[in-house]
Amino acid sequence: MDFMVFQYPMISVQACLDGILLGILFALIAYGMALQWGVMNIINIAQGDLVILGGYIAYFMYLYGIHPAWGVIVAPIIMYFVGVGLYKLVINKVVDRDLFISILATFGISILFMQLMNFAFGADVVLANSGYGTTFLFDSAVVLPNSKIFSAFISILFAICLVIYMKKSKLGRAIRATAQNSRAAKILGVDTEKVYAATFGINAALCGVAGALISITFTIHPYMGLPYTIRSFMIVIVAGLGNLPGVALSGMGLGVFEEFADYILGTEFRIGAVFLLLVLILVYRRFKLSRKREYLK
Amino acid sequence: MKINKIILSFISALALLLSTSVTSFAKVVGDKIILGSAISLTGKYSSNGVHTQNGYNMAVDRINSMGGVKVGGKTYKFEIIYYDDESNPKRAAQLAERLISQDGVEFMLGPYSSGLTKAIAPVTEKYGVPMVEANGASRSLFTKGYKYLFAVLAPANLYLDVAIETAVELNGGKGVRIAQAFEQDAFSQDVRLGILDAAKRTGSEIIIDDKLPKELNDMAATLVKVKQMKPDVLVVSGHTKGALTAVRQIAEMKVDVPMLAMTHCDAAKLSKQHGKNSQYALCASQWHKTLTYKDDFFKDGMTYAADFTKEFGYDPPYQAAESSAALLVFKDAFERANSFDQKKVRDALAATNMQTFYGNIKFAPGGQNVDKPMVLFQVMCDSAGKCENKVVAPLKWASAKLIHPVPKWSER
Repeated sequence: MDFMVFQYPMISVQACLDGILLGILFALIAYGMALQWGVMNIINIAQGDLVILGGYIAYFMYLYGIHPAWGVIVAPIIMYFVGVGLYKLVINKVVDRDLFISILATFGISILFMQLMNFAFGADVVLANSGYGTTFLFDSAVVLPNSKIFSAFISILFAICLVIYMKKSKLGRAIRATAQNSRAAKILGVDTEKVYAATFGINAALCGVAGALISITFTIHPYMGLPYTIRSFMIVIVAGLGNLPGVALSGMGLGVFEEFADYILGTEFRIGAVFLLLVLILVYRRFKLSRKREYLK
Repeated sequence: MKINKIILSFISALALLLSTSVTSFAKVVGDKIILGSAISLTGKYSSNGVHTQNGYNMAVDRINSMGGVKVGGKTYKFEIIYYDDESNPKRAAQLAERLISQDGVEFMLGPYSSGLTKAIAPVTEKYGVPMVEANGASRSLFTKGYKYLFAVLAPANLYLDVAIETAVELNGGKGVRIAQAFEQDAFSQDVRLGILDAAKRTGSEIIIDDKLPKELNDMAATLVKVKQMKPDVLVVSGHTKGALTAVRQIAEMKVDVPMLAMTHCDAAKLSKQHGKNSQYALCASQWHKTLTYKDDFFKDGMTYAADFTKEFGYDPPYQAAESSAALLVFKDAFERANSFDQKKVRDALAATNMQTFYGNIKFAPGGQNVDKPMVLFQVMCDSAGKCENKVVAPLKWASAKLIHPVPKWSER
């Protein structure tokens, strides 16, 4: 236990800001997961691998002398088609089956992606340098890499665009209708097949954006996808499906919680603390749920 | 039905026959000494696995073309059977089992990484197969009492020992304040134990002792503490990812620390990926091409590096050099044993005392090489932004002077 974080108030500020910036990025990935989980009832284990693939797109642009920030535009476009292709090949066969089948299928995709990326890009840990510099706050007591601020800003931008798109566009409305009741939507003339493909594509595109941002702020490696899947899974569990502001809030909350756990308990317990929180929330949710049921009886 | 059964039993008899005839394909066939190795050609260790394989192959070609191995008045050539262990310890152990009991291999070369060596060592030990390995440095490999395991490299706990000693020396012999962050894997934790020993010996104090989880590539929290507590030395070990993350975040957060010591800078291609941001980082290395050790096969480090680059198209990392050295050790042991008896070869290996281009080699009873110190290099960049690794410690081998303390970010 280390309470340095409370002795120096500036460290608390730093931890909060770090957590929020990290959380926003995770929330973007979780947003995609919530979307396709809600619409298609699929838990995508390959979510993190799609993120890493997006990261490699930005990395290769960087290798060829293009600034990796352009990756946030190129990666989602490529990843959208990867997502649609994946849907046509595999996901459409499991979309109406139970959750277990879809988990198995996406788990398989995840392994395949890891191996293919390893084969194609090699097993080296890589990163793309943005050269964005650093922001100093409060007489340089708080330090924020501009790449993290950039990531958070882009994530928010994409999230807002998506919310508007969901509300206003025809496809967005069709997606929401399918999420509410796919049979009714079908009867009323929505091509659910197309909606599913688009949803999976949009999810992959969001992963692409997040991946490009991660290659700028952190590092990427073919086998590093799983932590992103788990993080986004947790954010969605905490926030619930179809609750987009909830996803953003729980992402940021989780980020801040993680940073504080890191300072107080030590870095080795960071992930452990997050999992403990997940268990507590699940227990609490169940408790609340069972009370509701009794009430209904 | 009956005919089917007869055909089936015929086929199985044939299969049985074939499988036994495979077993007779063994260690020394004609004029060939067959060595076996499970190596990571795919999976997360594949880049270093390939470096290891290239190192082995280069030495095999060189030894074969320069007269081979002379045993009992006859000349033999080396040949290696490789299997891909997919960077998976369980698979590696299975493959070792297969190499020994199916392919009849009687002498083994090590895989890449401490973890995989740990998986294979019990198997080679069980069958009494001598194994010379070049890429498993974890201390725990050498405390188990293995009799058939020999490592040409210095154990992990010595990796950054030199750094602490140098820092203390520069501090006028007084202890220093150390901040450290290590990943929680066997190798990094061994490096940590080495630092704890060194700190105790020199009267240094450890003020930050963080552990990095393996799924994380963010160490901002540790660096904030470093900014606050201002240690004299920051030590980071977390494989390639740790080295890359540390340099990126230190540069982004402008963390000023007089000495930054790390492992795996070579594999991380630190200076290539980070350019000037990596400047002044100190890195532990088993080998560097500018060292002046010599042997008859590769001459010296510079010649080795040039030959390796010619053949494989890239500068040899130390993982390749130490792998080449493993073959030189085997050749030397076979010739001194003058026999292919596994026990005799094992005893000859244990008595090894030689110099190779990679360094002196002499094994302790535990199997680790005790005659080759680690070197530290520092990333140094010229004004054009071109960065190079220069050996700075131990002083005997230094090709440049250590820059200490590291200039503050505001002055760079």
